[in-house]
Amino acid sequence: MQHTREEHGLPRFALAMAKQTVGALRDLAPIFAVIILFQIVVLRQPFPDVANVVVGLVCVVLGLALFVQGLESGLFPLGEALAQGMARKGSATALLALAFCLGFGTTVAEPALIAVAAEGAAVAAEASFIGDSQAAQGRYALELRLVVAVAVGLAIVLGVLRILKGWPIHRFIISGYVLVMAMTLFAPEEIVGVAYDSGGVTTSTITVPLVTALGVGLASTIRGRNPMLDGFGLIAFASLTPMIGVLGYGMVA
Amino acid sequence: MLDFLANFGETLLTTLRDVTPIVVILVLFQVGVLRRKLPNIRGIATGSVMVLLGLALFLIGLEQALFPIGETMARQLTEKAGAAGLADAVQWQDYWVVYLFAGAIGFATTIAEPALIAVALKAREVSGGAVNAWGLRLAVAVGVAIGVALGCFRIVTGTALPWYIVAAYVGVIVLTYLSRRTIIPLAYDSGGVTTSTVTVPVVAALGLGLAANVPGRSPLIDGFGLIAFASVFPIISVLGYAIVADRVDRWRTRNERQEAKP
Repeated sequence: MQHTREEHGLPRFALAMAKQTVGALRDLAPIFAVIILFQIVVLRQPFPDVANVVVGLVCVVLGLALFVQGLESGLFPLGEALAQGMARKGSATALLALAFCLGFGTTVAEPALIAVAAEGAAVAAEASFIGDSQAAQGRYALELRLVVAVAVGLAIVLGVLRILKGWPIHRFIISGYVLVMAMTLFAPEEIVGVAYDSGGVTTSTITVPLVTALGVGLASTIRGRNPMLDGFGLIAFASLTPMIGVLGYGMVA
Repeated sequence: MLDFLANFGETLLTTLRDVTPIVVILVLFQVGVLRRKLPNIRGIATGSVMVLLGLALFLIGLEQALFPIGETMARQLTEKAGAAGLADAVQWQDYWVVYLFAGAIGFATTIAEPALIAVALKAREVSGGAVNAWGLRLAVAVGVAIGVALGCFRIVTGTALPWYIVAAYVGVIVLTYLSRRTIIPLAYDSGGVTTSTVTVPVVAALGLGLAANVPGRSPLIDGFGLIAFASVFPIISVLGYAIVADRVDRWRTRNERQEAKP
């Protein structure tokens, strides 16, 4: 966003924001429609606390507009600059180290993962897998989180390696699926649900744009790579390996 | 108003805490490994602050307006359907409103998912406009809708989760071999991005409410699986959408050629 340096910066920013706000309204219209419809037609109840809801909705719309506007000027260029810098530097080791750190660092503190890990520990205690004490559950949840974070770190490493080598993605994903299915047969039943869900919760709203821009940036900088074929796919790896990791943890622990 | 400001500040702090590891890693590599300044660092910094503020505002709005309604509705709907089927045998048909709501809310929250918007924008940019951002998002949302509705059906019937997942994986594998190569990585990615900020809380509340209210189900054992469903089915719907779109394109060009012949 160069608006600070340009003469007509502020009006242009306002115009862009107005455009994003219209877009955000369109993006959020289905949610409003579904909630209003079910509230009135099916449950036949008035809205609780209308004023609060309206303030909340205004926040949601403005927040989404600001987020999308910031994506194009902030997160995307950041990921691309990083990818180009690393590609030009030419050190595969440094690139893979960055990949692991990004995957691990963004996952270990992810709120959705913390919630799922706590639930997983509760399930394990219910099944008398681990002791019923708070300490045992806490330890189990922490280990689960670490397993998932390491799995995501390895996923990004593998995904970046795939971009460097130009390997086709479907072989990895299909082998991963076969592995998940095979491990499901041997893993304890109680962990299976947690394992499957852990794949979905690892990719947060800040990580996705950054990692996508990194992958696409790498694929467009390295000669012989196609950004469509090679640039996408990092997120896919990051949602597959946690399942393998958690199933494996369930078999060992 | 004061309440709101305090709330906003708290959410902003949480968001900041969540991105701290990312910032530390990026700065470390930029300074330690690349050893040079980012191009247009001012623009990037402004944009990143906007992303943070926007996300905090978005989250606080969701917590104020959407999540309470979504959770209350999930509870009321599952209780209502549960009361209808109080007999000892659970009839899955009694819960049709829940499936309908699950599908509709799955679709709607996916359309609003910021991470999916980001990937769709990037895909359009990279493909030079060949990938339609709205088409992609609609296809993903339809996949999530089917996945969440089916996941609710599974919770009601209490059938084994792995069978559904195996069937979905087989579907993905078959469709992969029928699709053109360029769409495959994007389709696989769209599975992972659907489940973040907006979808997970609402869908998780729905699953837990359902498992708590259906007789014979336990939230701990049966409540899981909706997120897994919501991440597999979009892959199928995106691949399916691309295959159909390709067929239609081919059929159209063939027709045009035939019309042009005589």
